[in-house]
Amino acid sequence: MTTHATAHHDDHHDDKPHGFLHRWVYSTNHKDIGTLYLIFSFIMVCIGAAFSGVIRTELMKPGLQFVQPYFFNEMTTMHGLVMIFGAIMPSFVGLANWMIPMMIGAPDMALPRMNNWSFWILPFAFCLLLGTLFVPGGAPAGGWTMYPPLSIQGGDSVAMMVFAIHLMGISSIMGSINIIATILNMRAPGMDLLKMPVFVWSWLITAFLLIAVMPVLAGAVTMLLTDRYFGTSFFNAAGGGDPVMYQHIFWFFGHPEVYIMILPAFGIISEIVPTFSRKPLFGYQAMVYALASIAFLSFIVWGHHMFTVGMPLGGELYFMFATMLIAIPTGVKVFNWVSTMWGGSLTFEAPMLWAIAFIVLFTIGGFSGVMLALVPADFQYQDTYFVVAHFHYVLVTGALFAIIGAIYYWWPKWTGRMYNETWAKVHFWWSAVFVNVLFFPQHFLGLAGMPRRIPDYNVAFADWNFVSTIGAYGMYLTPFMFFFILWHSKKHGAPAAARAWEGAHGLEWTVPSPAPFHTFSTPPVIRDEDLAHGDVSH
Amino acid sequence: MKAAGSMQGKLGLGVALTAVAGAAHALAEPWQLNMTPGVTQTSREVYDLHMWGLYVCIAIGVVVFGAMIVAMFKFRKSKGAVPATWSHNTVAETIWTIVPILILVALAWPATNIMIKMAYTEQSDMTVKITGYQWKWGYDYLNVGEKPYHVHFISRIDPRSDRTRELRSGQDPWAVKDKDYQGVERNTYLLDVDHPLVLPTDTKIRFVVTGDDVIHAWWVPQLGWKQDAIPGIINDDWTNIHEPGIYRGQCAELCGQDHGFMPIVVKAVPKAEFTKWLDEQEALATKADAPAAPAASPTATPSAP
Repeated sequence: MTTHATAHHDDHHDDKPHGFLHRWVYSTNHKDIGTLYLIFSFIMVCIGAAFSGVIRTELMKPGLQFVQPYFFNEMTTMHGLVMIFGAIMPSFVGLANWMIPMMIGAPDMALPRMNNWSFWILPFAFCLLLGTLFVPGGAPAGGWTMYPPLSIQGGDSVAMMVFAIHLMGISSIMGSINIIATILNMRAPGMDLLKMPVFVWSWLITAFLLIAVMPVLAGAVTMLLTDRYFGTSFFNAAGGGDPVMYQHIFWFFGHPEVYIMILPAFGIISEIVPTFSRKPLFGYQAMVYALASIAFLSFIVWGHHMFTVGMPLGGELYFMFATMLIAIPTGVKVFNWVSTMWGGSLTFEAPMLWAIAFIVLFTIGGFSGVMLALVPADFQYQDTYFVVAHFHYVLVTGALFAIIGAIYYWWPKWTGRMYNETWAKVHFWWSAVFVNVLFFPQHFLGLAGMPRRIPDYNVAFADWNFVSTIGAYGMYLTPFMFFFILWHSKKHGAPAAARAWEGAHGLEWTVPSPAPFHTFSTPPVIRDEDLAHGDVSH
Repeated sequence: MKAAGSMQGKLGLGVALTAVAGAAHALAEPWQLNMTPGVTQTSREVYDLHMWGLYVCIAIGVVVFGAMIVAMFKFRKSKGAVPATWSHNTVAETIWTIVPILILVALAWPATNIMIKMAYTEQSDMTVKITGYQWKWGYDYLNVGEKPYHVHFISRIDPRSDRTRELRSGQDPWAVKDKDYQGVERNTYLLDVDHPLVLPTDTKIRFVVTGDDVIHAWWVPQLGWKQDAIPGIINDDWTNIHEPGIYRGQCAELCGQDHGFMPIVVKAVPKAEFTKWLDEQEALATKADAPAAPAASPTATPSAP
C-alpha cells in the first residue's frame, strides 16, 4: 500500500465540521463517534465504580454503618447494569468504530447516520436508568438479572428500567447491524474474510450474537413490564405463569451476553500479543474458529446459571457437559497466545503488560468457571462470593483490562502522541496489585459460605471483606491515573510515528498518526505483510 | 441459640466427643480460605469434587503460566532474542485440543456420579417442607415413615442479631455470641434464629422446597447443597446428617431488603431425642388446632402466618 499517497490524498478531506454541535452531536464520522463512545463509557465506569464504592464501604466492617439494606440492593443492581450496559459494551463499540474501518481499509462505517443515532440513544437510556435513583421507591433493587417476582416489586423504577433497556437494546442492535454491514461490504479489495485482523473477526461474531440476543432480553423485560402494569402473568405462578421461565429467557440472552463482553477482548489481545512479540499470531485460523465455536456454544449453555432452580437431572447433566466444552476453544485461545509469545522477541510496553495480565487473570476466571460448571460443586458455589470473584476476574481483569490495553495500544494512532511509559507502567502495576487484593479474597469468602448481595455478614467474614475493600479503594485511584496519563499525553506527549510500535502490523499502522479525519477514501492495496497477524496460511 | 445449652447436658460423653471432631465445621472461621467438608456423605463428596477441580485447575495453571513465565524471560528483546517466524504446529495444536477433553471427562465423571445420587430423593425416612417468605423460613414436618405430622413453625432471625444489624445500632456484632452444640461460645451474628429446624441424625430426610412470595434459596453449607425456593414450584432434595450439631446457613437468592437477614439453623440431634421432641410438638400442634378446626382436612396444610 502507498502510505504517503493515501496521506496526501486524505489531507484534502481533513475538513472537520466546525463548531461543537456540528462536530460532535451531528457527527457521522466513525472516529468521532468512536471517541464519543469511549468518553461515554469512561463516565459510566466512574459512575459504576462510585456505586461499588458504596457497596465495598458498607461491607468493610460487620454491622450496617452507612446505608439501609434496600439502598444497598439498589447499588448492587445499578452497579451491574451500568458496568455491563454502560461501560464494557459501549467501550467495545467505541473501539470497533475507531478501528474496524481502518483495519479493513474502509473509509467509514457503512451506515454513518445510524452510527450517530446508535450512540446518541445511549445518553438518553442512561439518563432514564440513572434517573430511577431519584424517583419514589428508588432505583431497581432486584439485581441486574431482574428476576421476578422480586424485580417487579419496585416502584416507578420498573418501567424506567425496562424502557432504558429497550433503548440500550436498540442502540446495540443498530451498532451491530452497522458493524456487520461494514465488515461484509466495505473491506478493501484483497482483504478476504480469512485475512481480516482477529479483532475484526471477533466483532463480526459479537455483532451477530448481539442481534440474536438483544431482542430476547427486550422480550423478557417487556413481559416484566406487562406483568407489573397490565395484569399479565407470564412469570406469576398465582396466575399460571412461571418465574423460572424468566430465568431461562434471561439467560438465553445472558450467556451470549457474557461472550459479547469477552470476544472483542480476545480480538484485542490477538492484536497486541503478536505486535510486542514481533512474531506472527500463532494459529490464526484456529483463533477464528475458536471464536466461532465459543459463540455457538454460548447459545446452548444458559442453564448453567440456574443449576439450583431444580431442573431435571437430565437437563443439569446436559448443561454441565455443554458448558465444559467451552473450555476447549477457550483453552486453544490461551495456548495460542502463549505460543505466539514463545520464540518471539518480547518487549513489555504498557499494552503488552495489560495483555499479559489479561491472559493470566482471565485464565484464573476461566478456571473458576470450569469449577462452577461442575453441578454438585455449583450447588455450593451458586450465589456466593465465589461467583462474584469469578465474574469479576473475567469482566474486570478480562474485558476491562483488554479495553485499557487497547486504548494504550491505539492511543498513538488516535492522537498522534505517545503516552508516558513510566506513568503507564505505574498505572498497570497499581491496577494489577489492587485488583487482586480486591477480588481474590472474594473466592475465599464464597467458599467459606458468604452469599452474594448481602449488606452485612457474620464476623467470620470480616477479615477478607476488609482486605477486599482496601483493594477496591486502591482501584478507585486508577481512573484518575488513566485520565491524567491520557490528558498529559494529549497535551505534551512525544509525537507518534505512523507505525507507533516496532512490531505492529495491520492497515491502521499504514496511515499517519494521528489518523486523518478521513482515511482510505480510495481503497488501499493489500499486501500480506501488512496484515496484523502476519500469516494467513494457517 | 437458647436451646443449645440445655441440649448439651442431655448428651452422653461419647456423643459429645464425636461431635467435637466436627466442631470446626459448624461455622466459618476468620480468614477461612476453603470450603469445609460438611457433615453428610453428600457434602464430603461435593467437597472432594471441589478439591479435585481445584487441583486440576492448579495443575493446568502451573503448566500454562509456567510456559508464559519462561517465554517472558527467555524470549526478551533486551536479551537479544530474534523472533521466530513460525505460526503453526499441528502436533501441538492436536495435543492441546485432545488433552483438555480428557481432563474434562475426568472432571465430569465424578460430578455425574454425585449428581445422580443427589437427585435420588426416594426411599426417604421423613419429609420436611421448607417455605421461603420475605424474610423468614417456614418449616412443616409432613411425615416420619408412614405417620403424618402437623408440626409447623416459622423461623426468624434471632432478636439480638436483629437489633444489632439495624443501621448505626451502636451494638457490637462481635458481642452476639451463643454456645454451640459442644458448649463453646461462638459468634452467631446474623446466623441465629428463634426456632431452629430440628432434624434427626442418621436419617434420610427428604425436603420439599417452595417459596411464598419471591424466590429464596435454602442453603446450609454443611449439608453440601442449596435449593431455590420458588413460588409455584416445589423442588425436592434430601440429606442424611451423620454428626449431631448445629449447622448454620443463610438465604442465598436475593429476595428483597432483608435478604441478608433470614438465616437458617439446623439442629441435628440423635433419633430418639428427635422423636421425643417431634411428638411433643405434634401434641401441641393438634391440641391448638383441635378447637379451631374440628373437621381438620386430611392434607394438614399449615396456614401461612
